[in-house]
Amino acid sequence: MLSFLLRRIGSGLALIVVIASLMFVLMNMTGQNVARNIAGQTASEEQVAAKSAELGLDQPVVTRYLDWIGSAIQGDLGSSWFTGQPVTDTIGAKLPVTLSILLVGLLVGTIFSVIIGVAAAVKGGWVDRAVQLLAIIGFALPSFLIALVLAAIFAVKLQIFPAVGYVELAESFSGWAKSITLPAIALAIGAIAATAQQVRGSMIDVLKMDYVRTLRSRGLSARSLLFRHALRNAAPPALTVLSLQFIGLVGGAVVVEKVFGLYGIGTLVFSSSSSGDQPLVLGVVVVMVLIIVLVNLLMDVAYGWLNPKVRV
Amino acid sequence: MTLPSPDGTAGVAPDAAALVGVALPKRAHLVRRLLKDPTAVVSIVLLIVIAAASFAAPLLTSADPAAPSLANTLGPPAPGHPLGFDGVGRDIFARLLYGGQVSLIGALIAVLVAVAIGVPSGLLAGYAKGAFDAVASWTANLTMAIPAIVILLVVMTALGASTSTAMIVFGVLMSPGVFRLVRASVVAVREELYVDAARVSGLSDARIMRRHILPVVAAPTIIQAAQMFGIAIMIQAGLQFLGIGSSAESSWGSMLSDAFSNIYVAPQLLVWPGLALTITVSAFALLGNALRDSLGATAIKPSRAARRKARAAKSAARVTPSAKTPAIVLSDDAASDDDDAAADAATPEADVLLVVENLRVAYPTSGGESVVVDGISLTVRKGEVVGLVGESGSGKTQTAFSILGLLPPEAQVTAHTISFDGRQIAGLGRNAMNELRGRRIGYVPQEPMSNLDPSFRIGFQLVEPMRQHLGLSKAQAKAKALGLLARVGINDPERTFAAYPHEISGGMAQRVLIAGAVSCDPELLIADEPTTALDVTVQAEVLDLMRSLQAEREMGMILVTHNFGVVADICDRVAVMQTGKIVETAPARELFANPQHPYTRMLLDSTLEDSVPRRALAAVGAAATGSTAADTTLATDPTTPTGESA
Amino acid sequence: MSAVTQHRPGAGRSAATDEPLLVVENLVVEYPGKGFRAPPFQALKGVSLSIRAGETVGLVGESGSGKTTLGRAVLGLAPVTGGEIRYAGDRISGINKKQRRALSDDLQVVFQDPYTSLNPAMTVNDILTEPLLVAGVSRTDANKRVRDLLDQVKLPQDAGQRLPREFSGGQRQRIAIARALSRDPKVIVCDEPVSALDLSNQARVLDLFIEIQERTGVAYLFITHDLSVVRHISHRVAVMYHGEIVESGDAGAVTSTPEHPYTQRLLLAAPVPDPVRQLQRRADRQRLATQLAAQDEQAGAGVGGDEAHSTDPSREA
Repeated sequence: MLSFLLRRIGSGLALIVVIASLMFVLMNMTGQNVARNIAGQTASEEQVAAKSAELGLDQPVVTRYLDWIGSAIQGDLGSSWFTGQPVTDTIGAKLPVTLSILLVGLLVGTIFSVIIGVAAAVKGGWVDRAVQLLAIIGFALPSFLIALVLAAIFAVKLQIFPAVGYVELAESFSGWAKSITLPAIALAIGAIAATAQQVRGSMIDVLKMDYVRTLRSRGLSARSLLFRHALRNAAPPALTVLSLQFIGLVGGAVVVEKVFGLYGIGTLVFSSSSSGDQPLVLGVVVVMVLIIVLVNLLMDVAYGWLNPKVRV
Repeated sequence: MTLPSPDGTAGVAPDAAALVGVALPKRAHLVRRLLKDPTAVVSIVLLIVIAAASFAAPLLTSADPAAPSLANTLGPPAPGHPLGFDGVGRDIFARLLYGGQVSLIGALIAVLVAVAIGVPSGLLAGYAKGAFDAVASWTANLTMAIPAIVILLVVMTALGASTSTAMIVFGVLMSPGVFRLVRASVVAVREELYVDAARVSGLSDARIMRRHILPVVAAPTIIQAAQMFGIAIMIQAGLQFLGIGSSAESSWGSMLSDAFSNIYVAPQLLVWPGLALTITVSAFALLGNALRDSLGATAIKPSRAARRKARAAKSAARVTPSAKTPAIVLSDDAASDDDDAAADAATPEADVLLVVENLRVAYPTSGGESVVVDGISLTVRKGEVVGLVGESGSGKTQTAFSILGLLPPEAQVTAHTISFDGRQIAGLGRNAMNELRGRRIGYVPQEPMSNLDPSFRIGFQLVEPMRQHLGLSKAQAKAKALGLLARVGINDPERTFAAYPHEISGGMAQRVLIAGAVSCDPELLIADEPTTALDVTVQAEVLDLMRSLQAEREMGMILVTHNFGVVADICDRVAVMQTGKIVETAPARELFANPQHPYTRMLLDSTLEDSVPRRALAAVGAAATGSTAADTTLATDPTTPTGESA
Repeated sequence: MSAVTQHRPGAGRSAATDEPLLVVENLVVEYPGKGFRAPPFQALKGVSLSIRAGETVGLVGESGSGKTTLGRAVLGLAPVTGGEIRYAGDRISGINKKQRRALSDDLQVVFQDPYTSLNPAMTVNDILTEPLLVAGVSRTDANKRVRDLLDQVKLPQDAGQRLPREFSGGQRQRIAIARALSRDPKVIVCDEPVSALDLSNQARVLDLFIEIQERTGVAYLFITHDLSVVRHISHRVAVMYHGEIVESGDAGAVTSTPEHPYTQRLLLAAPVPDPVRQLQRRADRQRLATQLAAQDEQAGAGVGGDEAHSTDPSREA
């Protein structure tokens, strides 16, 4: 199990480095004159050159890349070109918002996928057909559209939940819960549709397995059969789907945050990339990938716990 | 051979399984099958309507989708403007139609790019493996681990914001999905024996690729392409919603963005672009599903009538005692029936452990039902080993399962009587049945490796039923399980107790399963081909084990097998089954000495045991001549092993 | 148990002066180890075998013995890492793809599983014409040949239009035999071709194999785990155990009065379909087992009971 974990951690770190490098290259492919953008259109050539030197843009790309990577390894992601604030501070301030909706969305998604998927597999009949239909609809509704509809109904029309804004957990639990309910649901629905389908499919497959019949022949109760043996064997493939879905969740956060006026790192990646604030974009992307790597690592641990064969 | 075979030992089950998702049928067949599926028809019609409306936009409306007019801001429908106006007074209907064009063309670009990259690289990686596979798979995993929209945002700022650029990039980002799918299909099919056979037939790699591999890859790729269309349309709308893309272009995403800015004053603006988006994406998803059904499931899909029947049967899936059927109908062979009856009369009632009378098992099919067990009767006495022998499809396994109540829900089982130890068990509820199964009736399956739950330690799988049935404590159950493992001949019970099923060999797994079957001291053991999957030397030892356990515990036993050698080794009495009926029942020695039914005789004649060996080819060598009767010699006069070889 | 092959006088290569049709010499097949730096797995540890034209050599062994690997090595489907295989005097191990394709005229195969060895999407006609078209036969000639082949394996003429799934296991195996025969090969490797079949079909398909051999003079390398099958069809038999041939010789002798203890064990383990004789065989087997155990104890090394044979289940391919 340990070597399995170390391997996963290693590949996660490699992933972060490679993606950060890729982003660096992408952002430096542009001929955009960032220094002029920052200095303003009316600035003189000298002012632009000075700004350029201040930001280190006159250095060769390779030098800048090595500098950036070097300090990033030490936890320093640089400072924003526009505000001059350290990137880590900016991200740190916005992270709780995004983490709240992502993790709550993931939790809600997991719970509902299992319930719905198992029900569809075991009950069959109309339950199954209803779930299939929901899965199609869940697949066909992009999360930002769900967010818009939820906002229009529950925030604007019924006014049960706030339409915009985030309340910190430390401030008020109910306020926090209310502020993230709609965004978390908007994010979770797509993941539920996909994961519940997988739970259903692998439950049906597992229930056909020889060993399930043999367990039945031992007179085991239906509950043990279903929830101890069948669900445990059906879980690993569903977990794989869920970890792919989580990546989608992170992407969905970019748009959903905008709909609900949440200033998290989703909004940040959008605003910083459109302004060309390189250090900020790179920082946000690194943090996003880090979140994905960590959550996937958790899922890998769960996977290893569920499936004894991968533990070696 | 059209028997449905949930047990996998009979009928054509491997067939259907081998077929699913395997190949692209001929085009004409596909279209015809697709048009029979209402889901497919509906989604295709929807997509055609949407595409036609989008591309005929200039004919359907004269309004300019991009022309704002302050006067019409949020205006209601008007002549020539059937859906009214948006937040800056543009015609909604026109924007909807022109937006459709943008969506469909963009999605097409993305899908083409994804397929153009994913299919060739997947084919190459799957077929050639090696370094390319390693690099490509790593790149694919990497690409799939980043949210596409984040990359798109960065790329769009770098490359400029046009929808088609975005869709090309998105196509690249989707290509790992295609790559992985194609690679997996190729890897699966290249292990197929028919590809080996093609290689031996002298086909070149290119030809194998074209004839055997591409058709297999085509079906899943087409299905995935349909789904990617939907995904591309969604992500495109997301980008446009964020305001990326040319602002002159009308698009569903920018319409939603407009609706969002007016969400307090005119939330109804969400409706049209929302519907257009959802319907289009759903139509692609449904088309994908329909394609999967018609491409993949060449296997027999039960007709509507059959499904209804199955549903009706489900409620009555447990064994129902049939009052209306006569007690014993052994129409074919009255002689064997008499044997049974005579034997029954000769033995006191108290000796009888299991009585099955007129058992019938059927499965619904498209044309009605197929009967797999057709009115059989069977008696097992205490401590007696009854062999149930027959070829595949004879219904022997189905018979065993119906006694245990282990048939799938769609099976229609009726019986005049199934009684165990004097008590009618036909029609017992699941809980009542669970008190018998495992406790008083044990079951040993055929395939040792697939019959242990791979996720639990062997010890747990032995302990769980004992704790439930015998109310033992954890420690007591463990002690008993270790004793059982030692009893079935496992050298290191502690280690096996703590092992997972994949850590032990097939022979050991079968011993574990036997230990599990006898763990609660059952009076009846039902063994379904318990040695078929084992090597012959292991088989002999497992048979020894079963024989000694049976003698030691005086268990009654039903042994399902196709192997007359196994029957001869262990059975007291034998019932021969052919296509759902018992054609002959006799004590074992009598059956082998004097088979009555022609089918039994045919089967016994088919055994190769006493066939004469072929003479050496060149007809040389005295070695060949003297050896024909050697088998009997060996049996009566045990060979001494050649000592010097030790 | 000894690794030394026990050659019987008068059998095998010693009897032939000219080189047999197919010769396997000291063949070693290794698969890379499963883990990082794991030692390679030796599926064959220096196996020698020869087949003359028109002859059936039975290769018998249990799972993991390497018998299937030997067949696949002959066909070029397994990695040969030592020794060589010669066909008609020419080395055919380690040849390139083009040379291997040229061999398909002479060397053919019938696999065990009649379900996966036929492409489910192709009609029987397509399956049977494929090897012919590859060899440059015209389509009309190929179709003519297919009718003849179906006749040879006793399938109805209209079988060509149908898909494999419409046939039973025995019929599918006949289709596979017809495919192997299509280009009049000199040697067919038969890998457990009757193991998946019912008893009655098994006997019929075996008789078909014999009949075809007597008519066409094709040679078989017949791989099976079943001693009674091997006795029925083979002229000579080789017994494999853990990647080595432990005994070989005349079929009648090897399958009736085996000399090597493993072959004896194999023979005595197979139950006879006769309760009286089986009682005797069982007693013999148990006596042999005690004798071997005693010998092992004397030798000090415990070469195992059943588990020793079944512990490497994964490596049959």
